[in-house]
Amino acid sequence: MSAPLLQLSEVTKSFGGIHALSAVTSGVPEGKIVGIIGPNGAGKTTLFNVITGAYRADSGVVRLNGTALNGLPPHQIAREGIARTFQNIRLFPSMTVWEHLLVAQPHRESWWRRLLPVGWGDPAAQVRAVEVMEFFGLTDLRDRPAKSLPYGMQRRVEMARALTARPKLLLLDEPVAGMNHDEAEEVRQLMLKLRATGLTILLIEHDMNFVMRLCDYLYVLDFGVLIAEGAPSEVRTNPRVLDAYLGKDE
Amino acid sequence: MSTYYASLFAEAGILLLGALSVYIILATGQLSLGNAAFMAIGAYLSSYLTVELGMPITPALIVSAIAAGTIGVIVGFPALRLKGIYLAMATLGFGEMIRSFFINFPAMGGSGGFHGMAHISVGYIWAWAGGILVVLILVERSRVWLEMQAVHDDETAAGLVGLNTVAIKVGAFGIGAAVAAISGGLFAHHHVYIEPANFGFERSIDFVLATILGGSTLGLGSLIGAILLVFLPEFLRPIADWRLAAFGTLLILVLLVRRQGIVDRTLLRGLTFRKAAS
Repeated sequence: MSAPLLQLSEVTKSFGGIHALSAVTSGVPEGKIVGIIGPNGAGKTTLFNVITGAYRADSGVVRLNGTALNGLPPHQIAREGIARTFQNIRLFPSMTVWEHLLVAQPHRESWWRRLLPVGWGDPAAQVRAVEVMEFFGLTDLRDRPAKSLPYGMQRRVEMARALTARPKLLLLDEPVAGMNHDEAEEVRQLMLKLRATGLTILLIEHDMNFVMRLCDYLYVLDFGVLIAEGAPSEVRTNPRVLDAYLGKDE
Repeated sequence: MSTYYASLFAEAGILLLGALSVYIILATGQLSLGNAAFMAIGAYLSSYLTVELGMPITPALIVSAIAAGTIGVIVGFPALRLKGIYLAMATLGFGEMIRSFFINFPAMGGSGGFHGMAHISVGYIWAWAGGILVVLILVERSRVWLEMQAVHDDETAAGLVGLNTVAIKVGAFGIGAAVAAISGGLFAHHHVYIEPANFGFERSIDFVLATILGGSTLGLGSLIGAILLVFLPEFLRPIADWRLAAFGTLLILVLLVRRQGIVDRTLLRGLTFRKAAS
């Protein structure tokens, strides 16, 4: 593996006496889709929160392209090139789909142009929003309040919002939760297309079928400890994983 | 136009700016009950500049707006640590602090007030009020406004999608304070006499009321709220002593029926005959 895009070294995070993450060391290589799996409460979302700066790690280092992200406020980490979605979808209730596609875009214009109506001040933002809107099949829903859409569509809006920021690394927290098989398959196809453009994706997902068919590489977390890693086919047969997780219900 | 109506229109223009000052801060999810303080700063500073230094009114207003805006930014930082009702209480405290400062500030007349300002016309007041409203309506379609909305809706998510929530919230306080100062400067030069009691808690409440009544999701709402707040009690004069009670009742009824205020984006879409989303 060449130098990974995202590198976690000995990342530890505790809440009270609970070790949510214990010395997690892992890497996400550029242009790959990497999955994190593990039972409920394994620390997967905590890991996302540490990477994005929502939580501060007790110790350890998170690096993106070699730059340490520890201690940066969340918005600066986002500007370094990490975008995310949330397990409990977090859209902006007062905004339409279209507005979601504009709000998270990085600033390319001077501050006073940002005060002008978007069409005059930042036409490039509109172009980008249209691109992403078409990619996710949201064009017909453009002016709908995003919160009024069905669950699966809300997840797409969230992914689209993350993508408008032109991230280097996209973090997806259970991207197909609550979706049926066909919807999940559509999302899988979209992810593959994104990978083809060079985007790196790190995702948490409980849908094993989805994970096994999509990810290039997997990490398995259990009680905050990385217990296994490898290609999906290896992880699937790893006895520790079967004990901790897959063995329970399969 | 009779002087009576001219004076009402002047009041409405001044109240519009006060309401907008609350609206701008509220757009980032922060409720300020102390904007009369920024109004007081604008009123006293602009009066000092025109009366004592002989500065023309327009630059005096601009200087006052910049000064009050700076103070707004300074107030905005501690406000970051407070949310909801606690922020409202803190801003209320700030309002009382500034009011009592002017009571104990003999250089500007103390509790006796300050006078000597040259009277300004209704047209001048509305040039400012209308101008600021139009600029704001344009800004409502900008990236910056979307970012403010995002902070209003979900501050944590806004930060995680890359928005500098601190700059947005503090900036809104600064701009809101600057607009309140313009309102104060116009008030001072319309009434040509000011005293600390002009800028008490009731004034701050009037601003909030106009914003909430008219519609707190659009700048246009503040216009409607300000006009109603000034003119409705006047039209209710025939019922004499009961007019304020009747006005209060109307207010409660409006808010019961339309919690979002009289105008909102949905209503506006309907009115402009744009194709409604299916």
